[in-house]
Amino acid sequence: MPILKASRTLSATAAVLALAATATACGGGNTTGGGDDSSPKTLTYWASNQGANIGVDQKVLGPELAKFTKQTGIKVKLEVIPWSDLLNRILAATSSGQGPDVLNIGNTWSASLQATGALLPFNASNFAAVGGKDKFTASALAATGAAGKDPAAVPLYSLSYALYYNKKLFQQAGISAPPTTWDQLVADGKKLTGDGHYGLAEEGSSLAENAHHAFVLGEQHGADFFDSSGKPQFTTPQAVAAVKQYIDFMAADHIVAPGDAEYSANQSVTDFATGKAAMLLWQAAGSSLKAHGMDASAYGVAPVPFQTANPTGTAKTDSMVAGINMAVFANTHNRSGALKFVNFMTSVPEQQILNSAYGSVPPVTAAQSDAAFSAPEQQTLRQVLANSAAPMPQVPNESQFETLVGTAMKDLFADAAAGKPVTDATVKAELAKAQQQMPQS
Amino acid sequence: MTAILERRPPGGTADRPPRGTLRSRLRPRRGALPYLLLVPALVLELLVHLIPMVVGVVMSFKQLTQFFIRDWGSAPWTGLGNYRVAVDFHAAIGSALLHSFWVTCAFTVLSVGLSWLLGTAAAVLTQDPFRGRGLLRGVFLVPYALPVYAAVITWAFMFQQDNGLVNHVLHDQLHLTSGRPFWLIGPHSFVALLTVSVWRNWPFAFLCLTAGLQNIPRELYEAAAMDGAGIWQRVRRITLPSLRPVNQVLVLVLFLWTFNDFNTPYVLFGGSAPPAADLVSIHIYQSSFVNWNFGSGSAMSVLLLLFLLLVTAGYLVATRGRDTDG
Amino acid sequence: MAAPRAFVWTRRVVLTALTAFALVPVYVMLSSSLKSLGEVQGRFDWIPHALTLRPYVDIWHTVPLARYFVNSLLVSGSSMLCSVAVAIFAAYAVSRYRFRGRRLFTITVLSTQMFPGILFLLPLFLLYVNIGNATGIALYGSRGGLILTYLTFSLPFSIWMLAGYFDSIPRDLDEAALTDGCGPLGALFRVVIPAAVPGIVAVGVYAFMTAWGEVLFASVMTNDTTRTLAVGLEGYATQNDVYWNQVMAASLVVSVPVVAGFLLLQRYLVAGLTAGAVK
Repeated sequence: MPILKASRTLSATAAVLALAATATACGGGNTTGGGDDSSPKTLTYWASNQGANIGVDQKVLGPELAKFTKQTGIKVKLEVIPWSDLLNRILAATSSGQGPDVLNIGNTWSASLQATGALLPFNASNFAAVGGKDKFTASALAATGAAGKDPAAVPLYSLSYALYYNKKLFQQAGISAPPTTWDQLVADGKKLTGDGHYGLAEEGSSLAENAHHAFVLGEQHGADFFDSSGKPQFTTPQAVAAVKQYIDFMAADHIVAPGDAEYSANQSVTDFATGKAAMLLWQAAGSSLKAHGMDASAYGVAPVPFQTANPTGTAKTDSMVAGINMAVFANTHNRSGALKFVNFMTSVPEQQILNSAYGSVPPVTAAQSDAAFSAPEQQTLRQVLANSAAPMPQVPNESQFETLVGTAMKDLFADAAAGKPVTDATVKAELAKAQQQMPQS
Repeated sequence: MTAILERRPPGGTADRPPRGTLRSRLRPRRGALPYLLLVPALVLELLVHLIPMVVGVVMSFKQLTQFFIRDWGSAPWTGLGNYRVAVDFHAAIGSALLHSFWVTCAFTVLSVGLSWLLGTAAAVLTQDPFRGRGLLRGVFLVPYALPVYAAVITWAFMFQQDNGLVNHVLHDQLHLTSGRPFWLIGPHSFVALLTVSVWRNWPFAFLCLTAGLQNIPRELYEAAAMDGAGIWQRVRRITLPSLRPVNQVLVLVLFLWTFNDFNTPYVLFGGSAPPAADLVSIHIYQSSFVNWNFGSGSAMSVLLLLFLLLVTAGYLVATRGRDTDG
Repeated sequence: MAAPRAFVWTRRVVLTALTAFALVPVYVMLSSSLKSLGEVQGRFDWIPHALTLRPYVDIWHTVPLARYFVNSLLVSGSSMLCSVAVAIFAAYAVSRYRFRGRRLFTITVLSTQMFPGILFLLPLFLLYVNIGNATGIALYGSRGGLILTYLTFSLPFSIWMLAGYFDSIPRDLDEAALTDGCGPLGALFRVVIPAAVPGIVAVGVYAFMTAWGEVLFASVMTNDTTRTLAVGLEGYATQNDVYWNQVMAASLVVSVPVVAGFLLLQRYLVAGLTAGAVK
């Protein structure tokens, strides 16, 4: 008897659960995509943290949003989201359909997020609504989604890597000009290393930094981390050489402090600002350095070195196309308002105000003429972006690539810092492990 | 936890019917009332734990990658595909999971053991009153009372290789190490994680055991003292055996919390743990949230859950058997 | 009876070591919060070179600390109150009645302690969104949703502890109340609850602490206005810098009230656990 009753209770429970499961399973956003205009008077905007802290972002963006409201009557609800939370929040929004109307994304995520279908594709008419495709620089547009598809976003702030060097330390070491090849960088680094000082600072535990450098060095070595069909190929000799070269600055050349292996909170910028390291490879470090009390006159900014003096083809790559893109959430209930807002944020005056506040370069060609972007740092960044920057692989699995290769390099750095040998074989083994964990698609 | 499973209403065994007055009062509503009292708890557990868990189990049979998270009803079924990948220990994903599992087991055993040891030592040593005992008890509870993030981030600060307190003490002041070891990356990260975990958990053990000690009748000690037993003997013969029921529950609870602990490694290592400290909770987080494969992450979680159920059931059976024997 | 010297010395040594272990991080928090950013980013030193209170001023601007603090208090406080209330009823049923399904109930509730959070984070999130879409009750992104989630985290252990505590209250007391004309609920409120105050306080503290420290669910389920401290404190690690001195200052500021409350209630805690958990 009790068994009978228990099983009846159980089956009733199971029924309820099944019902609930189906209810949740419908989850997700609507599949038709494209959003609607059912709430035309408000917008929610998720901004990424670009300033020194969230408060700074609110101060920078607040007045601009007020201008937009004044122009259009649309209220913008701003939420500045720390980088540590941003991707999780976007994933949650994607899976539930409950998200903002407009959002910032790291431009390297473009293809990955594009694959989810959560972002409004910028087709011809949507581009027309934000002022046309042609107002953006070509290099920035290259990092907005997979080739052959309508971009998932438009560029908002552009950045590139550059070599920051401490003028005083260079002078003391008798170095007259910044290195233009890696051999020179290592040679200079050795001169600058000693007495608790180091030639170069690296952010060894930062997955994204590691992956970015692996990509750029990979381009220089002729490594493609993905083949033409989008399949990962991390263990080619060129890829191994690229990764090993970056680790070797610490492991073999000893121009990087072993302590850098555990850096993941931008301590390398601090080390550069305080003179502990003489060189730094970073994106638009200027505002950070200023926050650390390092005057712009104390450091020089040069392009990141190449393998040889006069590289050609992909070997002439010295940065990824870095930056922030702006996207419209496909489930928006104010689609035309959202596009208006994107148009506003990518208009020339706003681009000048925002990019100069954040030390980035406007991806809108017409906005670059402003005096704010002809400071030495911005000039170098602009030059690199225009001539020698390549977008990270625009494949759906890009973000897994960054995580897995970045982690492999973090573990290699840990070995290097502990004095364990880093060889072609160990690098290859780590990369093989990373490749095996890539999704099968 | 067996306590509650076996618990009988006080005031007599269940076989004996309650006294007359009570029976007459309770009988008319007896059937419904206890269920009514349980409704809020049941509904909440159903809503927050059980239904989502069932959904999670369903997800583990789907190929739920970034291509499908937007409308995951449309994600293709993969049958046992996610499980096969997770337990294929010759391939990278399976072997990483297995490695992480062993790390977690070693970590859990050591953490629970050490927390228990420190908690017992502190509880036994503060059993007899002495001056400052109340203050000391308060101090011991501080690690438990600090918010997780604040406490763990402080440890991360202390474990920094170049600027941290730990290396300052070990290397600069005590000259115990030749170089400055790394604590947040590489093989020592296991030690770092263990230290933080023990630091956070032992006060809880201390609290439970202190409470448990209060239940030991004074007479037992007095009788033992009459028999000429020394203080150590009394600890060994009376205190520790009397704590067995507390320990049974305490160890289980600590085991489950430690095994599933996410907050500590997440804050300590910033979301990507070094291999030596790659706890399974953080490993699964990486698989699902960072690598965007929620199906595979769910499958791993289900395996973890099955393991925990098995261990718990085995533990309960084993400890109950011992109780009835003794 | 006097304890032997060896015992007293062991006691001193062990307890001193444990005190140091427990308090070193607290000292580091305190001393680092009084250092300048430059100093705190350099080599560690036990004593600050130049004391500054600046971090205590800055913490309120770098992140909206006050708002996070209020959120955390609201969320933890409410989930504590609800958890205790729900647990009291359930524990009363488990302690005072024999009914069919009692064992199933206790096993089910306790087994939820084993669920890896990561397994039901996303489904729960979807469920909340769907409830919101269907009924208009906003659980996602709201404090309500977080309260609901946390209260169930602490519920199993709370029910179990309170049931144990209720068991320790002599049944004769209930019966006396029943003969005085109270119903079973009257007996619960007039007799059992007043007699179980230490146990209830202990459960409350536990429920509060569970909610206070949770990171994973808070990071996905809150937004700017509802963010709790546990994730809000991450805001001091910004794009540019980790403001270690501010992290420490903020940690200390938000910890003091909790630790103080905890220590004040310590007496109840031990008493509550004595009868509840360890029976």
